[in-house]
Amino acid sequence: MIATARQRLNALGIPSIYAVLLLFYLVAAVLVALFGRGTFISGANISNLAVRSVALGIVAVGQTFAILAGSLDLSVAYLISVVAVMSSYTMQGDPDRVPRAVALVLAIGAGVGLANGLIITKLRLNAFIATLGTGLLMQGVLNASFDNFAGSVPSSFEQLGYGKWFGVPISVVMLLAVAGVGSFILRRTRFGAHIYAVGGNRETARLSGVRTDRVIIGAHIVCSLTAALSGLFIVSRLRAGAPWVGPDGVYDLESIAAVVVGGTALSGGRGGVWGTLGGVFIFSVLDMMFNQLGIDPFLKQVLRGLIIIAAVASYSVRSREAAA
Amino acid sequence: MATQAVPQESRGATWSRTLLRRLAAVPPIYPILVVLFAWIIYENPNFTDPPVFLAFLRRASPLLILAAGQLFVIAAGGYDLSVGSLITLTVLGAALMIDGDPSNTYWVIGALYLIGIAVGVFNGLVVSFLRVSSFITTLGMLLTLRGAALLWSDGAPAGYLPDNFRVFGRRFIDDVPVLGQLPYAVIVLVVFGALATFLFHGTNFGKQVKALGDNPRSARLSGVSVPKVRILTFVFSSIAAVTAGILLGGFAGVSMDVGTGYELEAISAVVLGGAVLGGGRGSIVSAMAGALSLRALFTLLNLLGLPSPYRAAVQGLIIIGAAAYAAYRERHR
Repeated sequence: MIATARQRLNALGIPSIYAVLLLFYLVAAVLVALFGRGTFISGANISNLAVRSVALGIVAVGQTFAILAGSLDLSVAYLISVVAVMSSYTMQGDPDRVPRAVALVLAIGAGVGLANGLIITKLRLNAFIATLGTGLLMQGVLNASFDNFAGSVPSSFEQLGYGKWFGVPISVVMLLAVAGVGSFILRRTRFGAHIYAVGGNRETARLSGVRTDRVIIGAHIVCSLTAALSGLFIVSRLRAGAPWVGPDGVYDLESIAAVVVGGTALSGGRGGVWGTLGGVFIFSVLDMMFNQLGIDPFLKQVLRGLIIIAAVASYSVRSREAAA
Repeated sequence: MATQAVPQESRGATWSRTLLRRLAAVPPIYPILVVLFAWIIYENPNFTDPPVFLAFLRRASPLLILAAGQLFVIAAGGYDLSVGSLITLTVLGAALMIDGDPSNTYWVIGALYLIGIAVGVFNGLVVSFLRVSSFITTLGMLLTLRGAALLWSDGAPAGYLPDNFRVFGRRFIDDVPVLGQLPYAVIVLVVFGALATFLFHGTNFGKQVKALGDNPRSARLSGVSVPKVRILTFVFSSIAAVTAGILLGGFAGVSMDVGTGYELEAISAVVLGGAVLGGGRGSIVSAMAGALSLRALFTLLNLLGLPSPYRAAVQGLIIIGAAAYAAYRERHR
């Protein structure tokens, strides 16, 4: 039965992770109805669920680009902190400074992505080590300059985190827009096709005339830009940025986990952003379910770890390739 | 030496060329380590005194042991991100199980190793048979073990470790000739390092690990029992983590974040030591030299009086610089 459901979803172009998501959602609804507080299936709850997914969702879309290209980015958590702090520090509560601050942090994001990409391609460093290094670098510089909440955002900017358009949270629109643009780039543009080619087999792509270095650099710029957007969303929710917001959210490892749970191969070349979004929603459903069931926060971590493994195992177990 | 058979007239030129070639073949981590040590000694001439150096080695020993364990997993083509949480679980679990009674220490150490072996077997089974990549498997394990450690201790460090447990991390053997006091941790380090070196470089198992990392398919076709070898690599890494945890519990005591961050440090150390992520090669001694460089760097930044926030930044720069230097050397051999 599950197999046929998957075939139908695939025929519609919907990643099979959404079947898993639906399953999780229904199980959560039943468990909460039986043992928990409040109702799980309600408009307010779904909206809440979507807003919870925004911060991780946006950066996970970018992480999908990096992973598809056969790379990965561990520096996003600290970049999110840098962006959160720099934007609120630049804004200082003044609405007129918002455009300047946004331009500044997007430039920082693009610069960090460019640096990551150049280190990986030109110095030929492994992406794991390269982005671990740039992450440490940002952590050090940030902690040396700021040790607490810095500046604040004007109330107009808080609209990004709290505002609604026709009942839909603006932040959710932003998440869907980022995912939509990401999906369009991957499926419809030459850059997108090249990302799959490079991630599938870098040497073959190079021999077929793809400028592989540029593609990897481009993927890292996209990844860092989404981290910057996540940082902007987070600072609009918190009203001020602090150096610990990124590492506290574990956005580096969580975004990679969401990408892989969403069906993208960690070795690159296969997957897409809608799958990633499904992975992020699964994490949010779990979090909300655990909250409404009043589960001990430590037990929550235990279950979360096991469920991540089980979710990936549910489809990797049928693959013919051995994992490493 | 090797130049003796060379005809008299060209001897000088060949000798220098041979020396150059030999120097070029030295893994890049060793010149890095030498520079770091030289700088430390310049800043603090006492560093070469046996007690000072042994104290440094004692503090570095958990990371060195962890790097040796991690190398097995990385050489086989995987990652083990669960070691940091396993260290935390080891330390918190030890305090809870010993429960203030020193007579419990020895069975508890046995129990800790059993937990570690179980974690390694679990990681290996999931990667081998459920075909989940080791990054995700051990990331899941990282969350699970940390949660388990917190759950077990109700979210706050509980209990204390008796002296006979802490002896491995904290105490010395007195009156050793030349060295003075010899820390137990350094003995553990040397024994563990020798065992790891023998397993990795001297046995069939070590060859199979590298074959597996190089090409799992050809390893399988040439008769390597892939799941068995893979599971053993994770078991070895977990045993290293438990050992590191016992040492850390000895000199750092019971705390919630005693193992935090060790997984990424161990992987950095292994890569600095010249192993390639994706597998196929590596050397235990070089991986341990990588770990020693990271610790030497910390000591140096301390000596230079750099404010602590900048230390992370400099560490990041050095990791990138050292790895870039290694990659450059690799290409221009």
